[in-house]
This record gives sequence, C-alpha cells and structure tokens, in this order.
Amino acid sequence: MIRVVLPPHLRTLARVGDEVALDLAGPVTQKSVLDALEARYPVLRGTIRDYVTQARRPFIRFFACERDLSHQPAEQPLPEAVAQGTEPLLVVGAIAGG
Amino acid sequence: MSSVRVLVGTHKGAFILNSDGKRERWDVSGPHFSGWEIYHVKGSPVDPNRIYVSQSTGWFGQLIQRSDDGGKTWEAVSNKFVYDGVPGTHQWYDGTPHPWEFKRVWHIEPSLTDRETVYAGVEDAALFRSSDGGKNWSELPGLREHGTAPRWQPGAGGLCLHTILLDAKHPNRIVIAISAAGAFRSDDGGTTWRPINRGLKSQYIPDPEAEVGHCVHHIAMHRARPDVLFMQKHWDVMRSDNGGDSWTEVSGNLPTDFGFAIDVHAHEPNTVYVVPIKSDSEHFPPDGRLRVYRSRTGGNEWEPLSNGLPQRDCYVNILRDAMAVDALDPCGVYFGTTGGQVYASPNAGDRWLPIVRDLPAVLSVEVQTLQ
Repeated sequence: MIRVVLPPHLRTLARVGDEVALDLAGPVTQKSVLDALEARYPVLRGTIRDYVTQARRPFIRFFACERDLSHQPAEQPLPEAVAQGTEPLLVVGAIAGG
Repeated sequence: MSSVRVLVGTHKGAFILNSDGKRERWDVSGPHFSGWEIYHVKGSPVDPNRIYVSQSTGWFGQLIQRSDDGGKTWEAVSNKFVYDGVPGTHQWYDGTPHPWEFKRVWHIEPSLTDRETVYAGVEDAALFRSSDGGKNWSELPGLREHGTAPRWQPGAGGLCLHTILLDAKHPNRIVIAISAAGAFRSDDGGTTWRPINRGLKSQYIPDPEAEVGHCVHHIAMHRARPDVLFMQKHWDVMRSDNGGDSWTEVSGNLPTDFGFAIDVHAHEPNTVYVVPIKSDSEHFPPDGRLRVYRSRTGGNEWEPLSNGLPQRDCYVNILRDAMAVDALDPCGVYFGTTGGQVYASPNAGDRWLPIVRDLPAVLSVEVQTLQ
C-alpha cells in the first residue's frame, strides 16, 4: 500500500482526507503512483502534472523521507520506505508569492 | 415575484448574492472554491440553475466547475484545454516569437439557445467550445490560426480572450475581444474570423490604426439591437452601428476615457454605463471619487452617477468583467471593485448601495434575473 499526502486544495477537490492509500502492482515510481492516483481520482488529472506533457506543474514538489524527489526521473523507483508504505509521498504546493 | 442572483468571482473564491426583486436585502453565500482565483461565474440563459465557474491557481491549473442547482452543489466537470494541432507562436512582450501556452479561462459564455453548449475564452488567446455541459472542450482553431495571430502581443494582463458576445438575431455570429490583439468576428459559428478594428486609434502601437494590436478591454451589446456594440478600449470609449465593421469614438465629456468595464441598460439600448479610471498606470477613479458615468444617448453625452458611492479617498479599480445589469424594471446595475465591494443600483444608477464591502478583490460580476 502506497500512502500519498495531498496539499489541502487538492484534498478538497478530490474529497479525500489527510492521506490517500493506493495499491500498486509493479514498480513504485512517481509516474506509477500518480497514474494510480489520477485513475482513482480523475478530478486530479492536470492539477499535479500537465495534461498533455505529463510534466510536473512548476509549483508542485514531491517530497519523501525528508528528501526532495521533484527532479528525479518520473520512472525512477521511489524510496523503499514509500514502496513499503512506512513513509508517505508528499505532494506539496511550493511556497510562492511572498 | 422575480428575484436576482449576483454571481461574483474574486481573487480568492466565488460568492453568490441573492435578493428579491426589491434588491434591498441580500443573502451572501460563499466563499465557494475558497482560496482559488475565480475569473468568471456565469449562468445559462436556457437553464438559470446551470452555472459555470472558471477556477484556477498558479499551483494546480484550471478547472471548470458546474452547478445544476443554482450554486448549492458543484461538480468539477473538466480541466482539459488543449489547443488544436501545433499552436505556433505569438509575439512576446519583447517582440520575439513565443509559443502559445494555455494558462487559464478568463470568460465563460453559455449558449443562448442550447443548455449543453458553452464557450470559453482563454489565455493564451483562443476560443473553446463544449457541447456537453463543459465536460469536453474543443478549440475553434480558426481564430488562433488567423493570419495576424503571429503578430498578436499580450497586454499587461496576458494574451487573454476576455469577451465573448453571442447574437440571438444572427445565431452564427460571435464577437470576441483579445488584449492586446483587438476585436474579431465570426459569421459562421466560429469557423472563420476577421478583425473588426477599423476606426480604433491606439497611440501605443507603431501604426495607431493597424488591423490588429489594439488593447480592447471590453465590449457590450444590447440583445435586442446586436448590431450596436459599445467598447471600452485601453483609452477611448467606442461605438459601432454595424456589428464592428467600423467604430467611432463616443468618449464625449467623460473625465477620462480609460477604463475596463462597460455595459448596456437592459431595456434602453442607448443607455450605456462606464466607470472612468484615471489612466493606464493609475488604475483608480479620478480624484479618488468613484463615479459611474451613464449616457442615455448612446455615447458622447455622459452624466456622473455618484449617489451612494465613495466620493473621497477611493482608489479601487473596476475590472473588465465586473459590471452587469439585471432585467428587472427599473433595471438594476451592479459592479465589483478590487477593494472587495459589490455595489448595486436598483434604479438604473441613480442610487447605489454596497451589497458587500469586504470580499477579496472582485474579478467578475454577472447577474441572473430569476422568475
């Protein structure tokens, strides 16, 4: 089971609580987690990744295990603790605007 | 008895203001979509309980929300706006080519006749249409593929398509406006387009009378007389009597002809409202006095309307989509400010009352007259 923590606006949009639990088959990567998240909650399509290019939106960051994973390749495995469900993948709205 | 529903988009959410036909006491609902920028909220003329919202942020992008019960509940129906084909480039602020990039929906215009059809004007400038109540959007690419498009340049607010006028008498006619490309018209339902900027004079572009490049801020029409259009340009208030084929200036005795909002009285096609703003760098009323100006002669002769509006120390702006009228008699006029006030006049502008004073900055105001 993969745990994902969404920023408050996306929790409201998807009508979910503090954490989302996802079951994944196969490698646990940014792409596979986000694919599963968007399949479960279609309203989130386009809000984290660009609809067409699938690139991370500029003000979105991915944190886990006290590391910024935003710039690692989307198909690179996430940390084992995320894959095991002991740590969540945090989807974060970056601080911007002052 | 008739009632009125005012749909307000703000910098941090949407608000719905309800009153009976007297328009003296108001119920305020909101914020809806708290924390999001709500560029526009508009109801369907066919089914007033169907309301569309343009909801966006820089973080999470664009969403279209829809209500089918007058704003009690909402459904996020879509956020997919993809340009048709390879979008190409327009001019950037420095004159270099810049790829077309979707940023947000500025204006939503539901069809006058079909409950499921709705148009969206977006930044970077393009027109989209949905035929299923906003679930799926397709671009009408003929506009963006117009031969002048590579020369279009953004205004200070971006290259935004902010005005969409549908014409009940000519169902295939659509008039749109883009900052800072100008006005365009289609007479075949949006397939082909031509610029309608003859008569506009803009000193801020190399050729002041160029075919495109004019910073049109807003256009209004009276539905009973759709060939007559009124335009608030960056500077100048303009009028066309031929659906935009040509324009003449009707700024007349306005204290300044800069501004954003313009609208037409619901029952008097020659009665027009503007809110003069001091200048393009001073986005507030002249002398700190908030005054709506009304012309009962279709322009040129304007009278200030200030009863109930602040007449000192007022330095708010009234944005292009933040003025609307209801269809009651006497006609109600409404506008919102960047200071968060929404003012209503239940008697065509003679007297104004604030419905609310302390909303986030108001981006848009629309009115539904309900039976």
